[in-house]
Amino acid sequence: MTQNVTVQDVERVAELAHLKLTPEEMPRMSADLNAILDYVAELNELDTAGVEPLAQVSELGDFVSVQRADELRPSLDRATVMAQAPESDGAFFKVPKVIER
Amino acid sequence: MAGEAHTVESFVERPKTLSALRADLMEGRTKAADLAVSYYEQIEKKNPHLNIYLSLTKERALEQAARIDELAAKGDPLPALAGVPVGIKDVLVVQGVPSTAGSKILKGYRPPYNATAVAKLEAGGAVLLGKLNCDEFAMGSSNENSAYGPVRNPVDPERVPGGSSGGSAAAVAANLAVATLGTDTGGSVRQPASFCGVVGVLPTYGRVSRYGLIAFASSLDRIGPFATNVRDAATVLGVIAGHDANDATSSPAPVEDYAAESDRPVEGLRIGVPAEYFAEGLDGEVRAAIEKGIDALKGAGCVIKPISLPHTKYAIPTYYLVATAEASANLARFDGVRYGYRSPQSDTLSDMYSHSRDEGFGAEVKRRILLGTYALSAGYYDAYYRKAQQVRRLLAEEFLRAFAHVDAIVTPTSPVPAFKLGEKTGDPLAMYLADIYTVTASLAGICGVSVPCGATQAGLPVGMQVLAKHFGESTAFRVARAVEAAGL
Repeated sequence: MTQNVTVQDVERVAELAHLKLTPEEMPRMSADLNAILDYVAELNELDTAGVEPLAQVSELGDFVSVQRADELRPSLDRATVMAQAPESDGAFFKVPKVIER
Repeated sequence: MAGEAHTVESFVERPKTLSALRADLMEGRTKAADLAVSYYEQIEKKNPHLNIYLSLTKERALEQAARIDELAAKGDPLPALAGVPVGIKDVLVVQGVPSTAGSKILKGYRPPYNATAVAKLEAGGAVLLGKLNCDEFAMGSSNENSAYGPVRNPVDPERVPGGSSGGSAAAVAANLAVATLGTDTGGSVRQPASFCGVVGVLPTYGRVSRYGLIAFASSLDRIGPFATNVRDAATVLGVIAGHDANDATSSPAPVEDYAAESDRPVEGLRIGVPAEYFAEGLDGEVRAAIEKGIDALKGAGCVIKPISLPHTKYAIPTYYLVATAEASANLARFDGVRYGYRSPQSDTLSDMYSHSRDEGFGAEVKRRILLGTYALSAGYYDAYYRKAQQVRRLLAEEFLRAFAHVDAIVTPTSPVPAFKLGEKTGDPLAMYLADIYTVTASLAGICGVSVPCGATQAGLPVGMQVLAKHFGESTAFRVARAVEAAGL
C-alpha cells in the first residue's frame, strides 16, 4: 500500500475526477497526496480478515430502510430550476459540443 | 464564564434563554421585529471584521417577525422558537436565497427548495437572519478554506473560530444570532463550538434529515445546532429532529423532549474517560480544564470509570479515506452544466467540466477529491476504501462495547484551543490531525455535545466533548448540563 504517487498517477486520477490541475498546482498536490497516503498506510497494522465493511451506520441499530411506492409525484418547478442554468433554452441545458475521438 | 462571549460590547440585550425570550414576547416586553432589527444593526457593525455572514435575508426575517408579533398581540400560543434570531450555515439550502457552500462554484446559486431542518426552524417561528460562512463544502477545521475569506474568532480575532462551521459558532459567540445551524462530518460542529466557547450538538446520524444539505460525505454528514447554553441547544434539536420521507437515512426513532430530559440530575450516571484521548499531543491547559470538568461530574454524583478505546488512533486515516471517497462522488455533480459556475470559452464538453471544476473549487476541495478518487480507483479500492470501511466497523463496535458499561464518555473536544489564523494552513496533514478527538464519533454514528469547560490562561475557551450511544442525546445533554452548571 505504500505507493509512491507520481505526477502521472496524479494526472490519471485528475482525469477521472474531471479536474485539470495547472503545472503550478501539480507538484504541491503530488507531495500532499504522498504525505497523506503514507499516513493512511497505518491502517495496514490492523488485521481486518473477516471483518465486514461498514458502509451505513444505520445498520448497527434496528433501522430498516423502506422504499416508497413507485408512484409519480410532483417535483420541482421547471422554470425555477432552468433559471439557475448557466446556459439553456428553457427546456434543455446547453453545453459545448462533445468532440468525436 | 460558560456561554458568555468574551469581547463584545453588547448593545443588544441577549435573551437569557429561549424560554425567557418566549416569555418576553408573550407578555409584550419584546417585539420580534425590534429584536431582528437590533440583531441586523449588530451584524452591520461587527460583520465587516469578523466575516461571519455571507448573505442576509432581511425581508424574509422581518416578514416572519411580523407574523410572530401578530400572534403574540392576539394572545395566540407561540411556537417553540418564536422570534428567535437564527443563522444558517451556507451548506444548507434556503429557497431563493444564495447558498454557496463557501465555494466559488456555487456563487450566485439560488436553490429552488428549503432544507427540511430550515423549514422546521421557520415552522417553529424562528427568524432567519442570513447564511453563515463556512469552509468550502464543509471541508476544513478552521474556516480558512472558505472562498469568501476566513471567519475571525470573536473571542480573539487573530485566531480561527474552528471549522468547518466557523461562522455558525462565531455568530452565537458574537451575539449575532441566538442559535444557529451548522453541520458536522468529522467534528465541524463540536470543534468550532469548543474554540468559540459555545454549545454545539452532534445528533446521532439519521436524527436530523439531511434533505437540503449540500452533501460532503453522505454516511457521515449531520446537521447540528449551536447555542449559548445546553438547554437551548436541546430545544433547537427537538425542533429540527425527526423522520423525513425526503431522506432515506433519516430515522423513525421518536424525538424525545430533549430540553426536559436535560433537566434531570446526573447522580449515578457512569462516565467513561478513555485513556487514548488524554495521551501525547493534548495541550496541558486543555487537559487541566477537562479534568476540572470531570471532577465537577464526580461532585454531581457521577461514577467516573477509566476506559480504553484502543482503535482510536486509526480513526483519522479511516475518516480521511471514507469521507474523501464519498466527497469525490458527491462533488461530481458540480460540472458547470445545470447550476453554479461554468468556465467561459471551453471548446469541448470535457474541457468545460474540468475548467469549471478547476476554477470553481479551492485547493483543499481538489485535494480531497483527488484523494478520494485515488482511494476508489481500480487497483486501490480494496487496499484503501474497503480497508477503511472494515476499520470503521471495528471503531463502531468498540464504542458499542464501551456503552454497555458506561452511560456517557467524556473527552476534550480538541487537543488544542483556537490556533492563530495561518498557523496550520501550510500543512494539510497537521490540520487533519486536529480532528483526532472528533472523527471517532463521526465514524461510529453516535451522538455528542461540546460544552464549554473553562478556558486557558490566555482566555481561550476549552470544550468538553460528551458522547452518548446512538439516540442517547438526552443522556449527553444531562451530562453537559452538569458540566455547565459547574460554571468553570
